[in-house]
Amino acid sequence: MTMTNKAQPTNYSTIELMACAASRLLEDNKSVFVGTGLPIIAAMLAQKSHAPGLLIVFEAGGIGPKIPTLPISVGDSRTFYKGIMANTMDYVMSTGQMGYIDYGFLGAAQIDMYGNINTTVIGPHDHPTARLPGSGGANDVGSLAWRTIVIMQQDTRKFVPKLDFLTTPGYLTGPSAREAAGLPSNTGPYRVITQLGIMGFDDETKRMKLLSTHPGVTVDQVKTATGFELLMADEITTTEAPCEKELKILKKQVDPAGLILGRK
Amino acid sequence: MDILEEGKGELLAWHDPDEQRLWVQKNKSRSLDDKRMDIKDAVSKFVKDGDYLAMGGFGHVRVSMAAIYEMIRQGKKEMTMSGKTAVHDFDVLAAAGCLSKVEVAYCFGHELRGLSPASRRAVQSGRLKVVAEISNAGFQWRYKAAAMGLPFFPARIMGGTDTFRYSSAKMVRDPFSGKPIMLLPACYPDIVFIHVHRCDKYGNCQIDGTLIEDFELARAAKRLVITTEKVVDEKVIRKEPWRTSIPFFLVDAVVEVPSGSHPGNMPTLYYSDEEHMAEWLKLTKTDEGAKQYFDKYVHSVEDFKQYLKLIGGKKKMAYLKKLEHLQVKLTAPWREK
Repeated sequence: MTMTNKAQPTNYSTIELMACAASRLLEDNKSVFVGTGLPIIAAMLAQKSHAPGLLIVFEAGGIGPKIPTLPISVGDSRTFYKGIMANTMDYVMSTGQMGYIDYGFLGAAQIDMYGNINTTVIGPHDHPTARLPGSGGANDVGSLAWRTIVIMQQDTRKFVPKLDFLTTPGYLTGPSAREAAGLPSNTGPYRVITQLGIMGFDDETKRMKLLSTHPGVTVDQVKTATGFELLMADEITTTEAPCEKELKILKKQVDPAGLILGRK
Repeated sequence: MDILEEGKGELLAWHDPDEQRLWVQKNKSRSLDDKRMDIKDAVSKFVKDGDYLAMGGFGHVRVSMAAIYEMIRQGKKEMTMSGKTAVHDFDVLAAAGCLSKVEVAYCFGHELRGLSPASRRAVQSGRLKVVAEISNAGFQWRYKAAAMGLPFFPARIMGGTDTFRYSSAKMVRDPFSGKPIMLLPACYPDIVFIHVHRCDKYGNCQIDGTLIEDFELARAAKRLVITTEKVVDEKVIRKEPWRTSIPFFLVDAVVEVPSGSHPGNMPTLYYSDEEHMAEWLKLTKTDEGAKQYFDKYVHSVEDFKQYLKLIGGKKKMAYLKKLEHLQVKLTAPWREK
């Protein structure tokens, strides 16, 4: 069966669908460390819908804010608005190292089958074709959070057999590799959310596994957009579409200026 | 202790802790001196070509922009920058040709605004060299080691990644747990600028909002210049000493610069100026455009006061204050690409 998701008329955009899928992964009364952009949108939506007790932390030192509107920077004044603490990066990163951060939430330019991500460079490091920002707090989040969620676009240039640069650790080379590299045990990537579906990781092999496809997307489409062999869950479900309430919160409260949701 | 693996990045701004103690003993005064001066004098006195530079704040939040413009005006060059969430600060200095090397945790980006054309062009053309990579916590803990007078600080980050392989860190076996552990070398920047909400004439500073890395960075700095929204009486500091995040004995100069983080955000006082950021991002798509920007906003003005008039003066700052307090709607012209 071939069918593109664009063929189906919807009242939501792909980016809104991704934000909602990401938001639903965040449980109430857990903590989440968020990176720039879509991760903040997902965390804000979760806090304003099913997870009012979600503890959001920012690397610049903002802890437990009630984010009023999408911050432009993960260090600007919105990131500690009505928060419980405005402190330091040392404080936030240390709590992560202690085990207080349940979810880490990142974007990426490239990902491999073990969930390792690249946000540093495309092409050789010495002579880059495209220089990207680097780790920022991503390596720290990917190292220290119990579960890391990645949200990104999926195509064969981004889902690659070998990264141009391994910025942030996923499962590295497979089972036990994280522990061998000195990273905290029982941590690692948990979900990858793209415009096509949601992926998880196989318990045994630590390889990426398709869990669900978004409405109107086929399994073949996901496979074609992946540059490595993607494992399949026993039962692949369909991602639940965003509901009216979520869409309203996104547009009215989270990103009224359309800084991210307004992107085509 | 066995070294298990070593990063191949250039080790920058590291000193033997005893040498550093001697440097502090000789160069840092413990007497309460009036350190006020203007930005011109502070930059010419404390910034040397080739210095390792770190800016306080968060790249486009609580950044000492007056110092950045003055370094450009004075033609400082061959500097190495600490790319610790370096955003607008780094982009401007890279575009102006002040930098030849950078150690990167976060650079070349403007967060939500997208990537930075000027600094990416500088690195992709080879004018600017990335000599080491690291993570944000990695940088924070390099400063923390320095702030504690230690040669290194241990952490459980970066293992198994290229970020580590291109860093100046070393992985050893922890003698207590037997597990591998990352050692981050201390980092003592030659010169640091930190913009604060208020301080007295001696340099005792209060910062409202997050401190980001500045609590440690102020101590890691060899030379520290404070730019401040306001110089207050010593009594203000002594009334609530628990609010002091940077004490005077770390500080080499105090420069009063109201609105001094513009176009960046200054928490509780003014939000970032997205109109100005859009102009910057648009102009710096070409080298000619960047030159045009510097001619207009840096070389044609004497000081930060004149610059503030150019960007829209009191009216613009009043709008940014309202934006900070969520009283007006944010518009972001850079969105219309």
